[in-house]
Amino acid sequence: MSQGIWIFIEHAKGDIRKVSLELLSQGRILADEKGEELVAVILGKDAAALADTVGAYGADKAVVVEDEKLAGYTTGAYTSALNTVIRKLEPSALLLGNTAIGKDLAPRLAQRLGVGMASDVTGIVSDADHVLSFKRPVYAGKAFADLVLTETPVIATVRPNTFPVAGADASKKAEVITENVEIGAEDLRAIVKEIALAASERPELIEADIIVSGGRGMKGPENYVILEELADVIGAAVGASRAAVDAGWIDQKFQVGQTGKTVSPTLYIAAGISGAIQHLAGMGSSKVIVAINKDPEANIFTLADYGIVGDLFEIVPLLTEEFKKLNA
Amino acid sequence: MNIVVTLKQTFDTEAKIALKDGKIDDAGVKQIINPYDEFAIEEALKITEADGGEVILVSVGGSETVIRTGLAMGADRAVIVSDPELADVDEWAGAEALAKAIGTLEYDFIIGGRIAVDDGSAQVGIRLAEALGIPSVSSILKLEIADGKATAVREIDGGTETIEVPLPSVLTAQKGLNEPRLPSMKGIMAAKRKEIKTLTLADLGTSAAELAAKAKITDYSLPTPRTAGKVIPGEPAEAAAELARLLREEAKVI
Repeated sequence: MSQGIWIFIEHAKGDIRKVSLELLSQGRILADEKGEELVAVILGKDAAALADTVGAYGADKAVVVEDEKLAGYTTGAYTSALNTVIRKLEPSALLLGNTAIGKDLAPRLAQRLGVGMASDVTGIVSDADHVLSFKRPVYAGKAFADLVLTETPVIATVRPNTFPVAGADASKKAEVITENVEIGAEDLRAIVKEIALAASERPELIEADIIVSGGRGMKGPENYVILEELADVIGAAVGASRAAVDAGWIDQKFQVGQTGKTVSPTLYIAAGISGAIQHLAGMGSSKVIVAINKDPEANIFTLADYGIVGDLFEIVPLLTEEFKKLNA
Repeated sequence: MNIVVTLKQTFDTEAKIALKDGKIDDAGVKQIINPYDEFAIEEALKITEADGGEVILVSVGGSETVIRTGLAMGADRAVIVSDPELADVDEWAGAEALAKAIGTLEYDFIIGGRIAVDDGSAQVGIRLAEALGIPSVSSILKLEIADGKATAVREIDGGTETIEVPLPSVLTAQKGLNEPRLPSMKGIMAAKRKEIKTLTLADLGTSAAELAAKAKITDYSLPTPRTAGKVIPGEPAEAAAELARLLREEAKVI
């Protein structure tokens, strides 16, 4: 009998990623509803060091797999290690963040285990029979599908910012279960030659609480600096519409929309973005939307909570000044 | 170098979505090649144009019209898995069916879009690699093929990483890999004569029962429509000050 809701813990430099804490918090609620235990699974070189933290955030147990070959993420080694511990300990569910790692790892693992999987989940409910049902956007959020998975473990990647992080309680401890795995040559066929991380201090777009995004109204690449100044004052990430990306003003990794990133920040500030359907698909689940646009007829105003009809080149710097004053 | 490109037919990205009888209504919706698969076709064409070889499109489902668009871009031939028995194809079944169809071909590597813009699962390419027992590199922005190896730059959170894998492997294309070409008139004419081979599940030695979905959609819904909020009046300085105040005091988001 499968038992236990497992949370895959993503970590870097000794810190657990926020989305993993969100999943521990939501996992605690689901585990209590189902009457199962909440288990954090931590892979890495110094994974055991994180056991106290996952305990404080609600995990009953921490399954720890330490191996030099797991020091950095690779598809092969991580799939192999998780496959081994899952087959041994038989959890009922495994939740991962819908991050670069989660998106790469979960499908490979699901196929190896021969199970279904729900991607980019934005809602999880445990029904009367304690079966987990997942809600997820399709057509980039123009519709939602509810789905159930017929085989265990059920696997899902959950969109960052979907669930709140509950407070930590340092008095709660997780029981540590240390597992050893064999990682063979077959698992190490892909070699990471280089990792290049951008020097930006700004939050990652998909995880940001606030996003300041610019579109066709930005008129050129040189003008993004005004959005960056606003972003830095309020701790936001910078985003862009497809129009701005296709014009070559900003790198595609900043694109929000159906062919870019799908985000759900607390606050989304759209500057000079008309609100094409494919853009709305990528940010329509934001909690609060602000639109700044010259055109009072722009579609973005039909869904913005707050709007200013005006020239973004005037309004955005003024807004930056206002927040500087409020922060002072 | 022979390259298999996995291709999926999807709704046009500008399509409005409506429900009919609890399902997504496809009536009157323009169907296109999944935009991310176009990056994959383009990359395959660039490589075969330089080094020779064939580009073979493989699709589970999909209409001849959409597949011919891929052939018009320059792909050499296509294989479609099409079977009236195959109704609800989930990501697991899609990957299994593709793996069986691709198993009948000779190829050096496989490339497809990293995600399809309809279900947005981003699973099938990676699952396909597992089904075939070969490595995968997902979400690639740059690709070089040499000496039986692929060196790919892939997108990760906060940057990129460069990965080297032996061939055959599955690569999934992210936006930014290239600019897909539009079919030329000559390409459209040539595509009419190119081979599209249709395979049934029986041809692949499997059945609908064997490929029964493991992910079952129980319901579709439309998002609650958002309503327009306040437009803040006044001179730019006043409006900006008022917006900052509202975000802080009313919305409490800053």
